[in-house]
Amino acid sequence: MLRGFSVFLLAIWLLMLGLAISSWPNSSPSPVPDLIAANLANSGVTHPVTAVLLNYRAYDTLLEIAVLLLALVGVWAAFYCAPCAKVPHPFPTLSPLLAPLLPLSIPLLVLTAGYLLWAGAHTSGGAFQAGALLGGAGVLLRLSGSVQVRQYTSWPVRMLSGIGLLVFAGVGVAVMLVQPTLLTYPPGLAKTLILLIEGTLTVSIGMTLALLFVATPGIVFVREPHV
Amino acid sequence: MITALLYGLTGMVLVCLSVFALLHQAHLLRKIIALNVLGSGVFMVLIAIAARHAPAIDPLPHALVLTGIVIAISATALALVLARRIYRLTNGDTCLPEEQPSSRS
Repeated sequence: MLRGFSVFLLAIWLLMLGLAISSWPNSSPSPVPDLIAANLANSGVTHPVTAVLLNYRAYDTLLEIAVLLLALVGVWAAFYCAPCAKVPHPFPTLSPLLAPLLPLSIPLLVLTAGYLLWAGAHTSGGAFQAGALLGGAGVLLRLSGSVQVRQYTSWPVRMLSGIGLLVFAGVGVAVMLVQPTLLTYPPGLAKTLILLIEGTLTVSIGMTLALLFVATPGIVFVREPHV
Repeated sequence: MITALLYGLTGMVLVCLSVFALLHQAHLLRKIIALNVLGSGVFMVLIAIAARHAPAIDPLPHALVLTGIVIAISATALALVLARRIYRLTNGDTCLPEEQPSSRS
């Protein structure tokens, strides 16, 4: 009976939402798309979505990478409990079946990530897409047994996870030395700063996504199978 | 305009279906999947809003969706780890129940 009642309420909600969507005005009351297109030459990139992500709404992207790091910290906090640590991890050691796949696919993934990072300036792409590819490479390494888990967090893990947010926030504050607002790039330096931010962001996102998949405080790379 | 309207309505249908599943499914993994579908429905509505003037694309909702996808990934990862922690803390007993056919409402 409760299920039928909620179906009824959701049907009414769907009707209201449908009416809301279908009553869009035909003419555009918002000057935002024209502003985006007009200032694209000064933004440092030529793709409007990348310009919005890394220049016009750079603050949103800064908070987004902070959310990613926060999820990682939450995952580490939920991991650290004594009964959990005693559960043996079911992942195999370096698998002889998947190991020959790694020299073929990992360099290709890294190369494609680099291409996506560079192509983000003029077409679809950018730091997050490249970071997702690097995260996928990390997942492949984990599933083949090349990445084993540790109960402690090592310095390279911390640095690689945090470098994106550090550089982004650092650039955002450093530009306040020449002008009063946060994350407003000086006119000639926009392209360089965006490239610097995107590069460190890619590394950080790849590491964070791989760590979110592994869900343990630390990882270590192994080269040969061990028992 | 009609295409944008169709995508928007589909997004809204996905939102309503996933809210229903979120409320009425007892299994934690199904709730997490319902949250993901809810996010995808909202992204569909945002993309439909971006395409409301058909040849000209508004890039701002596209950037919002890209941000939203990353945040949905983070939230799903955290939710999955919390679900696994709940499972281990209750020794697998009570916190990932299988769905009862018609008795839970």
